[in-house]
Amino acid sequence: MLTQAPFQNYWYGTPWDEMFYPGGEPRAHYEPLMRVLENLPAEEIRQKKQAADLSFLHQGITFTVYGKSEGTERIFPHDLIPRILTAAEWSKIELGLTQRITALNEFLRDLYHEQRILNDGVVPRELIASCPHFRREMRGVAVPRGAYVAVAGTDLVRLPTGEFAVLEDNLRVPSGVSYMLTSRQVMKRVFPSLLRECQVRPIDHYGAALSSTLRSLAPEGRPDPVIVLLTPGVFNSAYFEHAYLARQMGIELVEGRDLLVHDNIVYMRTTSGLRRIDVIYRRIDDDFIDSLVFRSDTILGVPGLFNAYRAGNVTLANAVGTGVADDKAVYAYVPAIIKYYLDQDAILPNVETYLLSDERERSYVLENLDKLVVKAVGESGGYGMLVGPHSTKADQEEFRRRILANPRNYIAQPTLALSCAPCLVEGESIEPRHVDLRPYILFGEKVTIVPGGLTRVALRRGSLVVNSSQGGGSKDTWVLQN
Amino acid sequence: MLSRVADNLFWMSRYLERAEHIARIVLVHHNLELEQPEEANAGRWKRVFQSLALDPPIEDSTNSVLSQICFGVESRFSITTSIESARNNARQVREQISSEMWEQLNRLYHAVRHADHEDHNGEIEEFLIAVKEGAHLFHGLTDSTMSHGEGWQFIQLGQSLERAINTAAQLEIHYREFYREASLDSEWGPDAAGYLEWIGLLRCATAFEAFCKVHSATIDPLNVVEFLLLDAQFPHSIRFVVDTLQTALEAIGRLSPGRRVHKVQRIAGRLQAELSFTQIEEVMERGIADTMQHIRESCHEIHNCVHEAFVSYPVESALEV
Repeated sequence: MLTQAPFQNYWYGTPWDEMFYPGGEPRAHYEPLMRVLENLPAEEIRQKKQAADLSFLHQGITFTVYGKSEGTERIFPHDLIPRILTAAEWSKIELGLTQRITALNEFLRDLYHEQRILNDGVVPRELIASCPHFRREMRGVAVPRGAYVAVAGTDLVRLPTGEFAVLEDNLRVPSGVSYMLTSRQVMKRVFPSLLRECQVRPIDHYGAALSSTLRSLAPEGRPDPVIVLLTPGVFNSAYFEHAYLARQMGIELVEGRDLLVHDNIVYMRTTSGLRRIDVIYRRIDDDFIDSLVFRSDTILGVPGLFNAYRAGNVTLANAVGTGVADDKAVYAYVPAIIKYYLDQDAILPNVETYLLSDERERSYVLENLDKLVVKAVGESGGYGMLVGPHSTKADQEEFRRRILANPRNYIAQPTLALSCAPCLVEGESIEPRHVDLRPYILFGEKVTIVPGGLTRVALRRGSLVVNSSQGGGSKDTWVLQN
Repeated sequence: MLSRVADNLFWMSRYLERAEHIARIVLVHHNLELEQPEEANAGRWKRVFQSLALDPPIEDSTNSVLSQICFGVESRFSITTSIESARNNARQVREQISSEMWEQLNRLYHAVRHADHEDHNGEIEEFLIAVKEGAHLFHGLTDSTMSHGEGWQFIQLGQSLERAINTAAQLEIHYREFYREASLDSEWGPDAAGYLEWIGLLRCATAFEAFCKVHSATIDPLNVVEFLLLDAQFPHSIRFVVDTLQTALEAIGRLSPGRRVHKVQRIAGRLQAELSFTQIEEVMERGIADTMQHIRESCHEIHNCVHEAFVSYPVESALEV
């Protein structure tokens, strides 16, 4: 049965295959999918794939690739075969992420107030002091409900043992949730009966959950808060997502020039006059939100916004200065941070991480550049990264030079054997490709995680890089009812 | 609605109307130039440029004039730059207009950008017709695929303001050049050069057929002026356009009330009343040039007041409300 059509080029026994046991038998929760795929003629698969791609194109679900000439809007490559998680797998992920976001918010509150964790020597003070995303301006600023990070997107990978581990936290302005939502819409059209048969938990309430999270963070005394989404504008790579989420929540999509601050109150300029704003879901980095306080060479933000924020008249989500907690070097301390604040062991483990500011670890890393993954601590989106086994000698020399010039700026991790999931390659044959998982966590009055997330795929054979800017794609993530 | 959004919709609409207007009159004058004797063509393009409030053409040759007015990138208002500006405004409010509208404007933009700039013989007419049709299609889509709410009203406002200003300028210049008292006599035969120019003026406003239904094909210049200025039913007559403008302003005033609206409604209302209750004899007595100037000034005033009332109002005045 396994040599039948679409799977004839598949190879089994990758370190962890999401769908198959090493011998090639499908895991129980993938059986309905297996039945459907086996009975689907190649022609029909191709048609479904085309229909899905067309649907993405027509909806304008595209992203912009930086560093290329104008007009490089592309559709996000989408793989038709869903990635399926059992209820048990998901409930552990959910517990682990809830624990993690709770501890990280405690950590941020502490860093910007008493700094107990530094005084107790659990996290080295130099590490925080040298982090460019630590905002001294935030010292002593009260944040509603202590929700520094209201929206997080945490990247998980599955290790060869089948266990999930956290690869990195995205605590500033995580993106991609619109792909999760639109991908499900497309799947409903492509595999309607399969979705029903598998009893997949819905994710459509993300917009409502985000909206009530933001509402719960409104400044005190504003029972009916006005919420807006602040975008850098049409030229931003995630503009589609900004517009999409604003529409889902029924809130105004604003740019910096639509807002003004008067007497520490933020207003938006409407045709019927100024309207006071209470909560800003901002999709602009810290550096750009207020040219009076942060970078002055920008017109994306709103002059005076930070003062209004400090005065407690408006809520920013996420808060300013959350980047210090997703610094890749601080990441190594997250299990200790969880232990410190919650007195619990981390439910989701970290990936082993070498800090290059440590002399012993540095010399080990420099000797093994060809085996490790080196990442710049402040970068995201797969930029500024060396994947040892896939790099040339010249790349390695370049990184050796950069590491020695600024060791604090880099960390290294073993090259992970990410788990693999079956993907449709060139519209016909199904082959294993590496995947990760980015669930989205909302932290307000309570913690909400819609069941699922963005499963990102390294579409190139053997590649381990899943970022969309680096040739990655996505697939729908199904969390089963039971 | 956000002031920026209203402003973008307003300008998108003004620029597109301008592009269509230029295409229409260039098409007509390009045709006239072929038919008319050489002496009748003297100063033609200069007048066209003047009616569009542009500096006189750099060179007099038809080809150079056409490429300047159709494709000129330096020119503030060539067809290409106008469409580009319309699209830039639309791009910033993509989520506020229907995707059909965006796609149509985008298509038009790419079509004019890739038009052949050199071959003026066969292609130019096709180019101008494509611009006209592209704009018409856009307006049709605007009417049938977008909610007729505040944003739609700002689109109407931009279009009618631009149209009123353009028509008034054109009428003024044409009148100065071609109107003769004597012309009221029968010496205006169908062969006279001036006769064709008056038909041309009607055609510039796509008004020839509508005019003939009212006055038959006898072209009396006074009737032409009256038709383009005071007709209550033709969509390019200034009176009709000002009615539309006033309707849009009233709707906006209902949706976004506030005392800042009153000033602009007063100016527009006065202009509307003048056009509704004036007779052509009174206009002639006052003088066409004077009347047209008054209309254009009122339009500019309306434009400024709209901007002040809805977009760039001072923060202090808005806080008092």
